[in-house]
Amino acid sequence: MSTQEQLLERDSFIERSARSRARALLDAGSMRELLDPFCGVTSPWLPQQGVTAQADDGVVVAKGLFDGQSAVVLAIEGAYQGGSMGEVGGAKIAGALELAAEDNRRGIATRAVILFETGGVRLQEANLGLAAIADIQAAIVDLRRYQPVIGITAGTVGCYGGMSIAAGLCSYLIVTREARLGLNGPAVIEQEAGLAEFNSRDKPFIWSLTGGEQRYHSGLVDAYVEDDTVQIRSTLAGLFQRGLPARHRSSQADGFLARLAEVDASVQAAPETVRSIYSKGFSA
Amino acid sequence: MEKREYTFAAGLPAAGRALAGVVGSGDLEVLLQPHVHGETRIVVNTSVDGKGAVWDALLARVFGGEPLPAASIVINDCGATPGVVRMRIEQAYEEQAYEELASGEQA
Repeated sequence: MSTQEQLLERDSFIERSARSRARALLDAGSMRELLDPFCGVTSPWLPQQGVTAQADDGVVVAKGLFDGQSAVVLAIEGAYQGGSMGEVGGAKIAGALELAAEDNRRGIATRAVILFETGGVRLQEANLGLAAIADIQAAIVDLRRYQPVIGITAGTVGCYGGMSIAAGLCSYLIVTREARLGLNGPAVIEQEAGLAEFNSRDKPFIWSLTGGEQRYHSGLVDAYVEDDTVQIRSTLAGLFQRGLPARHRSSQADGFLARLAEVDASVQAAPETVRSIYSKGFSA
Repeated sequence: MEKREYTFAAGLPAAGRALAGVVGSGDLEVLLQPHVHGETRIVVNTSVDGKGAVWDALLARVFGGEPLPAASIVINDCGATPGVVRMRIEQAYEEQAYEELASGEQA
């Protein structure tokens, strides 16, 4: 098969909307949306600031089955306000994760998948968005005591800000080449540290440091996949079968700090240097 | 922000609900639900002020001809051009006709 045929044959995950992504991951016919767009729960804050509210506030809560087991997929729509987390969308994710944890305590093994396409907090909703992200993080840590919580960043928005910390709390992370994962976005780093430190218009440079491939080879994510719905779903199934990790990434802070201390901050960071330091692993 | 409301004559109630589009720059979302026989109601929420005449003309063109299925429609607009608006409305009407198929997935 030629490259062109392969491209045409492939079922792109990135090109799907949040709702379509959720439906593609859950078992066929099992998806049921909670607080769907017709429920009319929208951001009360955006219209006051001249921004049209979307009926689902950019978050799809999809309940259903994954390989026959109860699951919830939380899909963020990156095309709406950069996937930013406001009061309503954040509460939808946090609430769904809390209900999943509650189900586990009642003996119904429920697992969660979060599709991170987000620049982080929605600036128009400020502290309410930050509070919602804190709720999401607490809920991930609660739920991952019972079942793996798996994050997927396919692109093209990527995962930034407080939601990158939420991603770091997940049991496993899956990325594509188009994905980016980082605390501060390129424009913010350039603004704070200067053009010489980080040129936010240099796309190859940005991806070489924060792109999916680099994050995989630096041990910060667990799976590096093609933009292919079938492959993403099978990778997800494999990680769920693996069960909970022996130690979550966020429980290895000492190891991460030790690696970070090896980075020479007096020179421009280079992708190869980061890889060689981080590939030593994170056991303290 | 501007809010506009419309009522048009319509046919039989729409078969189901449908959602088309996303509130992204130059795009919009159309939420369509069945409404009472003979009447279609439309609410437009748009971030672009002062384009009322364009909305009036566009919606009169789409809904003023042969009666479409009766629906309650909400349009959340983020500066879409008339061509995109029309396409999204048609997409919503096309999808509501298949809603019974789709609801199998949502059940």
